[in-house]
Amino acid sequence: MKKFSNIPFKGTPEQEAQLRDWLRQNRDMQGVAMPALQKAQEIYGYLPIEVQQIVADELDIPMSELYGISTFYAQFSLSPKGEKDISVCLGTACYVKGAGAIMDELSKELGIEADECTPDGKFSLSACRCIGACGLAPVITVNGEVYGRLVPEDIPGIIAKYRD
Amino acid sequence: MKSIEELNALRRASRKLVALRDGITGTETYKYHIMVCGGTGCTSSNSEKLIELLKAEVEAHGMQDIVKVVRTGCFGLCALGRIMIVYPEGVFYSRVEPEHIHEIFEGHIVGGNPVKKYVYSETLDEDGNVKPLTETDFYRKQVRVVLRNCGVIDPESLEEYVARDGYQALAKCLSEYTPAQVVSIVSQSGLRGRGGAGFPTGKKWSFVADGPKKYIVCNADEGDPGAFMDRSVLEGDPHCIIEAMAIAGYAVGADQGYVYVRAEYPIAVHRLRVAIDEARREGLLGRHILGSDFSFDLDIRLGAGAFVCGEETALMTSIEGKRGEPRTRPPFPAVKGLFGCPTAENNVETLANIPQIILRGADWFAEMGTEKSKGTKVFALGGKINHTGLVEIPMGTTLNEIVNEIGGGVPNGKKFKAAQTGGPSGGCIPASLIDTQVDYDNLISIGCMMGSGGLIIMDEDTCMVDMAKFFLEFTVDESCGKCTPCRVGVRRLLEKLDKITEGKGTLEDLDELEYLCNYIKQNSLCGLGQTAPNPVLATLRFFRDEYLAHIVNKKCPAGVCKALLSYTIDKDKCIGCGLCAKNCPAEAIVRTDYTAPGHKLASFEILSEKCVKCGVCMDNCKKIKAISKR
Repeated sequence: MKKFSNIPFKGTPEQEAQLRDWLRQNRDMQGVAMPALQKAQEIYGYLPIEVQQIVADELDIPMSELYGISTFYAQFSLSPKGEKDISVCLGTACYVKGAGAIMDELSKELGIEADECTPDGKFSLSACRCIGACGLAPVITVNGEVYGRLVPEDIPGIIAKYRD
Repeated sequence: MKSIEELNALRRASRKLVALRDGITGTETYKYHIMVCGGTGCTSSNSEKLIELLKAEVEAHGMQDIVKVVRTGCFGLCALGRIMIVYPEGVFYSRVEPEHIHEIFEGHIVGGNPVKKYVYSETLDEDGNVKPLTETDFYRKQVRVVLRNCGVIDPESLEEYVARDGYQALAKCLSEYTPAQVVSIVSQSGLRGRGGAGFPTGKKWSFVADGPKKYIVCNADEGDPGAFMDRSVLEGDPHCIIEAMAIAGYAVGADQGYVYVRAEYPIAVHRLRVAIDEARREGLLGRHILGSDFSFDLDIRLGAGAFVCGEETALMTSIEGKRGEPRTRPPFPAVKGLFGCPTAENNVETLANIPQIILRGADWFAEMGTEKSKGTKVFALGGKINHTGLVEIPMGTTLNEIVNEIGGGVPNGKKFKAAQTGGPSGGCIPASLIDTQVDYDNLISIGCMMGSGGLIIMDEDTCMVDMAKFFLEFTVDESCGKCTPCRVGVRRLLEKLDKITEGKGTLEDLDELEYLCNYIKQNSLCGLGQTAPNPVLATLRFFRDEYLAHIVNKKCPAGVCKALLSYTIDKDKCIGCGLCAKNCPAEAIVRTDYTAPGHKLASFEILSEKCVKCGVCMDNCKKIKAISKR
């Protein structure tokens, strides 16, 4: 169940101007709500209530409808990600090749479960759907950088690279 | 481009750009084309770095007019990535490391001799001569229709696509055929939807109702885990989809199309964007295409991580900017689809066949395949198989050929157990049916389905109950919640499987599983729910003995289900080093007072009531191998 996070919103006026500009230019696009939320998430990294309110105002779409959309799709995040976002592919190919053990090891190493962020805001961990790098299974991504053909023993070394 | 003559002129002028890749030299100043795979798999292992290094080498040698470095789409052999092919010889370098580039460039490009130690071993014959890739086991049985341009052209170059007869099919439709004739050619070819259900494409087009506004939708929301066929087409040959959608638009009378792509495919989205922009600039999209009365344009819409959006009505709801929930049918999309207008929706792979069918004729296409399944099918081979990657085979190829010849068999000397098709909607083909000819109807007759093309190979270490559970966890997660059979029913199925894998199952549970599966199949609103029980039904059908082992004997034969495992120390093998006990997180390992003959220290034992079955002890005993799990 997705919830708005308690972490205070830190949006800048520049971000807001960028979003409002885009919304004004595209408000006549058919089915604009999804692309608008995608744009907003691209700008802010997540979709806190303040940002959804901007979208609702500019597009004249009820907030309840936007909330419905943002909670329906897995890609929309209502809480901020850690500085380093680690994603474990749990697609079938990776699963068959032991992605479960990779997830356990990450969880152990970071002290958090999937969909959580470390208290210092440094790392967040999540499971993702197949990213299509099945030839490299099992894979994880750290801020989009891909690590493949992993065994649990590789994990501490990878985390260490990002710790400082 | 304002006319077909201009298109033909561009084709003539561009031919020389790709001639070298057919082994024809002398049409241009370049002596070598170095093709580097820029598909998602190879890009994930940073093939970009190879391109950078190659370009630096070219520059350092002042060979800018002699060597061209091309980023292409997927070659198919993802397990061997990073991949690089050098033309005109067609030498295939596999698992290329950035450190190899200098040596390969000096030896092959400057010196003229392929550097054999980095050449893919299967492309070398006994005497060490390089043979064409098409003669390797992986490619020999493949027929490339959908993937004909993947790995051959630069996907971001319209000229290279046009050089390989690109947009000729569209030109042919506009100049020679009426819309009704196009529909009839597609019908005669026998092409069926490649998204999974296999509905005849020509029929689908013919159902599109009259109306002032109609749409073409390309379903590129490839959501089955382990499937990446559509992505590879979009990454390797994006113009082909644009051309096919324009043809579809002409056939059904639509002037606007949408491609709905998963947001998880950034490279595909980028290349498609580049291609659409270029097609628009060149007048291949827009008003009065090639001087005709036909106008057509395209837009991209990105998904946002909802599996159900691969279902056609949910996909349309999502393009409309709403929660991607499916709608009841009828009315079918052909009558009332996107924005309430008649809509034809086709999958990427289906569309990729269209230009070739138009150019080479319905009969040519219908000659490939089996009686009711024509043409080829692209599969994404994954899991426990040597040649992980993308293969395109004629319909009717046996599973045995796919796994053992093309796929190179199961690694580490393990036994083939089953192949999973169709992802969370599909079933599995057990080893006993390995000679099944793969086509739509054969797979359905064994309670399986073609699906979109994910083919996951499993060996003896895979527990089939656990596998079914894995897919149910996926569908529980992805159920949109609109209808009760799927939202509640699939969750109940998962609870039953949880119970069984924890060793608490009863025989009655099996009957209830079957009853519930059939109920969900019959009563769910959309394809997601209707097919969600398939993994359970298929494993129950072919691997009932594994379910029974979990329930009656409280054992997991594959040694996967944790709750049913037990770890034991062979007291005569144990040397008493204590490494296991030191690392045990649960302090479940203690020293006994037994010392094995020939050993100095007393053996250890595992207290089963304390053991959490994490397996750390076994990892610590890799040298001695005194610990086993059962």
